[in-house]
Amino acid sequence: MLIRKASDIPASEITPEAVYIDRRRFLGRAAGIGLAGALALAGCDAADAGASNAGAVAAGRAGDGAGEEGPEAGPGDEVTEERRVTEYNNFYEFGTDKSEPAENAKHFRTRPWTVAVEGLVAKPAVYQIEDFVRPSKVEERVYRFRCVEAWSAVIPWLGFPLADVLRRAQPLGSARYVELTTLHDPAQMPGQRRAVLDWPYTEGLRLDEAMHPLAILSTGMYGKTLPNQNGAPLRLVVPWKYGFKSIKSVVKLRVTERQPETAWNKANPDEYGFYSNVNPEVDHPRWSQAKERRLGEFRKRPTLPFNGYAAEVGRLYAGMDLRKNY
Amino acid sequence: MPAAGGPPRLQRDARAAARRQRRGARATPPARRVSRAWWTKPLVFGLALGPLLALAWRLFTDDLGGDPIEALEQETGTWALRFVAITLALTPLRALTGWNALVRYRRMLGLFAFFYATVHLCVYAGLDMELSAADLVEDVVEHPYVTIGFATWLLLLPLAVTSTTGWVRRLGGRRWRLLHRLTYVVAVTGTIHYLWAVKKDTLRPFTYALVFAALLGWRLWAHRRGRAAGPRAAEAAA
Repeated sequence: MLIRKASDIPASEITPEAVYIDRRRFLGRAAGIGLAGALALAGCDAADAGASNAGAVAAGRAGDGAGEEGPEAGPGDEVTEERRVTEYNNFYEFGTDKSEPAENAKHFRTRPWTVAVEGLVAKPAVYQIEDFVRPSKVEERVYRFRCVEAWSAVIPWLGFPLADVLRRAQPLGSARYVELTTLHDPAQMPGQRRAVLDWPYTEGLRLDEAMHPLAILSTGMYGKTLPNQNGAPLRLVVPWKYGFKSIKSVVKLRVTERQPETAWNKANPDEYGFYSNVNPEVDHPRWSQAKERRLGEFRKRPTLPFNGYAAEVGRLYAGMDLRKNY
Repeated sequence: MPAAGGPPRLQRDARAAARRQRRGARATPPARRVSRAWWTKPLVFGLALGPLLALAWRLFTDDLGGDPIEALEQETGTWALRFVAITLALTPLRALTGWNALVRYRRMLGLFAFFYATVHLCVYAGLDMELSAADLVEDVVEHPYVTIGFATWLLLLPLAVTSTTGWVRRLGGRRWRLLHRLTYVVAVTGTIHYLWAVKKDTLRPFTYALVFAALLGWRLWAHRRGRAAGPRAAEAAA
């Protein structure tokens, strides 16, 4: 039996799922309030993220006022049923079938867990996960999640801005990119015993992308600790990019000057670019990206540029040819 | 590969089977090993329908995972390929075991391959492409794995149409058999469709490729041996 230490959030503070979903419905009706919030977020800038964070997104716990609610997903974006998100996973470290991670990650040990911050930073360090998370305020963010395979979901994450961590580490002047690495442990991760990808899985962001307030490190979802198959104990969530950019079970962040290599780009550079921003106009070579199906829904819906976060992140890519930089 | 490099006993059996078949071409096959029980065909029919019923049940109980439509699409496609493999396995199995009754199920199981391929196509066109003609044409034209998948279904179509006894008569045995060797092409294009469709993990498509290589390789081997033994035996091996 695995003994899991309690996370930073006392159990008493975690919203029961029923209450949570109920509140979602209420919010769905009060769409106007959500929109007002969205406008507030659109006004914030990566540069003054620290100041705008507090106003833009509030912790989604029972008892908070609706006005403070995270505005990240809009009307028509019902939160996806939890079981669909926990039973349907692309986490090749635990098997390439969507249903395999839920099964094979059951006994994955997420404590003790260390996270290394290294590279071009003034304060490199190796943290115990508890110490790594503690200085940040864990907030709820309801984000659209768009997989490169043309399915999508709306997920209430618990997490904190990646910018928090980077700012604490103090990137040097030459820092341009962040590389993140997943645990490499074939004994625990049966998928790593086959060379399906070049293990360990790595991902990367440009530093300004990483500093954007929408980019978070997540420790939970649906008001609970992150399930193993969803990337426990710590994963990245970058809602405007295809899901594979949101690397799971992170053990290392390395700040670099040169663009890091990323797992899927190495595996198939024609199909998976470094940026991989959600873009309905740039098709995957083998399928269209114009539409997507929400998990649990019957009909498809149009995919939005930057997964609906164009107002927030579009300017990061001003002047870039998004067809070339797919 | 079966038999070719296999134990001598299997080779002996295959030779014996070829002899039996040569005899069978002249006289009626020995009735001894042919099962004529009335319930066997309905039983095989029911078993072949099983995967579809299981899928329907899982769809009905919402047990198909996060994206039920994707699951339906993948499962029906895989079952189409499996039935192609089962159908192609009957002739070698008969030759190796001398169990002639197997051939009675070949037409039905081949039609099930077409049936599952058609359900697969319907799920794709109806639920995935949502019957949008523009999306369908674009997908078939632009994406090679879809093109070859669609071509595979088109190849199955004449086989299903000419599966009746009337069509066998109309075409004549020789021409009918020649036409139905399209099944070999279907096995190849179907596997390529699968291989090109998967995102990264090619283990399973390659497993099918191996199975089909064995089944088609056996035919080549039997054909060569048969030609040495006489033209009729060569034909029977196909």
